[in-house]
Amino acid sequence: MAKVWVFAEVHGGKVDSTALEILTRARDLEGAEVEAVALGPGATDAAGPLGEHGAAVVYASDDDVYGDYVAQPATEALHQLVQEHSPELVLFAANYDSRDIAGRLSAKTGSTLMSNVSAIHDLKTAQHAMFGGSTLVDVTLEGSPKLVLVRPKSFEAAPSGGQAEVVKVDVPIGDELKKAKRLERHEEATTGPKLEEAPVVISGGRGLQDPGNFELLDQLASSIGNTAVGATRAVVDSGWVPYAMQIGQTGTTVKPNVYLAFGISGATQHIVGMKGAKKIVAVNKDEEAPIFQIADLGIVGDALKILPQLIEEVKSRKG
Amino acid sequence: MNIAVCVKHIPDPNLPGELDGERLKREGVQGVLDPGDEFGVEAGLQLKEAHGGEVTLVSMGPAAALEAVRRGLSMGADKGVLVTDDALRGADALTTARVLAAAITKAGDFDLVIAGVESTDGYTGTMPSSLAEFLGLPQLTFVKSLEGAEGSIKVNRQTAEGYHIVESPLPALISVTAGVNEPRYASFKGIMAAKKKPVEQWSLADLELSSDDVTVNQSVSNIGKAEARQAGEVVEDDGSGAARIADFLKEAKVI
Repeated sequence: MAKVWVFAEVHGGKVDSTALEILTRARDLEGAEVEAVALGPGATDAAGPLGEHGAAVVYASDDDVYGDYVAQPATEALHQLVQEHSPELVLFAANYDSRDIAGRLSAKTGSTLMSNVSAIHDLKTAQHAMFGGSTLVDVTLEGSPKLVLVRPKSFEAAPSGGQAEVVKVDVPIGDELKKAKRLERHEEATTGPKLEEAPVVISGGRGLQDPGNFELLDQLASSIGNTAVGATRAVVDSGWVPYAMQIGQTGTTVKPNVYLAFGISGATQHIVGMKGAKKIVAVNKDEEAPIFQIADLGIVGDALKILPQLIEEVKSRKG
Repeated sequence: MNIAVCVKHIPDPNLPGELDGERLKREGVQGVLDPGDEFGVEAGLQLKEAHGGEVTLVSMGPAAALEAVRRGLSMGADKGVLVTDDALRGADALTTARVLAAAITKAGDFDLVIAGVESTDGYTGTMPSSLAEFLGLPQLTFVKSLEGAEGSIKVNRQTAEGYHIVESPLPALISVTAGVNEPRYASFKGIMAAKKKPVEQWSLADLELSSDDVTVNQSVSNIGKAEARQAGEVVEDDGSGAARIADFLKEAKVI
């Protein structure tokens, strides 16, 4: 048996959902003895859900130092644990903190790090996609520990009903690792369902022409109900809407039942984050827009003209 | 404030990508300075303008990558370093970080190292943090705005739900997102001046690294095509577009 670790981020006392997705996959890998590492306030409590999803052991520390300082303390602790327990494979969610920690750990151990993974075949082979998901590349990793960053939503989380043994982590963190300090945390308030959980997602791109027109997407979302609103990187970079709404390679990955794209051309960066939708509807003025190649229904037209009509249509059909 | 900015020469992202055997085709294709790195160069230039010092561009790549370095110099950076070596073909993010760390160490003493969050071609997003570890620096990653001061830096760091304000003493490394600033255009004068700015070209041996230091522990075992999504119906909006979408939503049982 080989140890397979899942590094689980804990935020605001809650375990990151991607960790549970990865555990669900990891526990079915042949020859894997699955354990998890959680660092920061809430880590010990996270052992509950982590155990239910397949971790036999959770190495945990609730120390504030892991939340207060970026990357360095967590890397130090994880590195010590890795040296002590020699896992064969360490799986991370491709999220902010984990990318930082995996990158640093890779430099410390000299071990190979694979990013953007969307499937894990076995203890040494994983897959990532190129060219917006049209080409799938299997990569074989050598040495140990192998480090792998897994894209959120690559697997569906399902509990298996286990219970984890909690092993307390107590690694001294020197002052030289307490430099990049978090002074304030700001959350951008969102209303309605979360982007990654909503059954219907509406998103807008540059074709909406003006940030004020995102209001139309909000109106459509509330008339459909249980619908979240997202955006492309281009409009987030332009400051139209907050980053929390970004769907794509950088940003959130969504897999709703229906995805409605308004004024989005379909750059690779965006497609990667939404091509898993069951059904895709796209509205764009340009009939050559790449989004039409993956849309189940494509309307060549002006999103700003169609949106108000669609809001009325939806309202009248819902009676 | 002396600043090193990491820059990468990549195949023009506006052209469709191609494979050359197992890797992204890089030779014989139009190359550009990674658009994501322009934000790093701009951030470096703005800090220099506010605090004085020098901006040094550091790059690793084939000889053609000199073009990307020149592009950054024409925006206003002072000098450049390019590490070129045949042994670096197919280097991964870890190897890149190791080589850039050696080049930065050789190039001088820096208060700040700046990189883009991720390259536009490989988009692993781990090179900056590996680089920070090799250099023994704290890291402030995913920066969407920043404020430099004497001896410290304060940034807005993007998170999934919003942002955190993070502060660190210098020296430090930051990785910047697109949107952190508005990169300037190179002026004609800048382009002319860039031709005369110094660019050092180093091999692995110049950095006292050997080919053993750049061994890559991953190999491609299979390349396949994903099951393509079938394009559905694409119709011109003749005034009935909204109704068609509503029908579609009804059929999908979301209304």
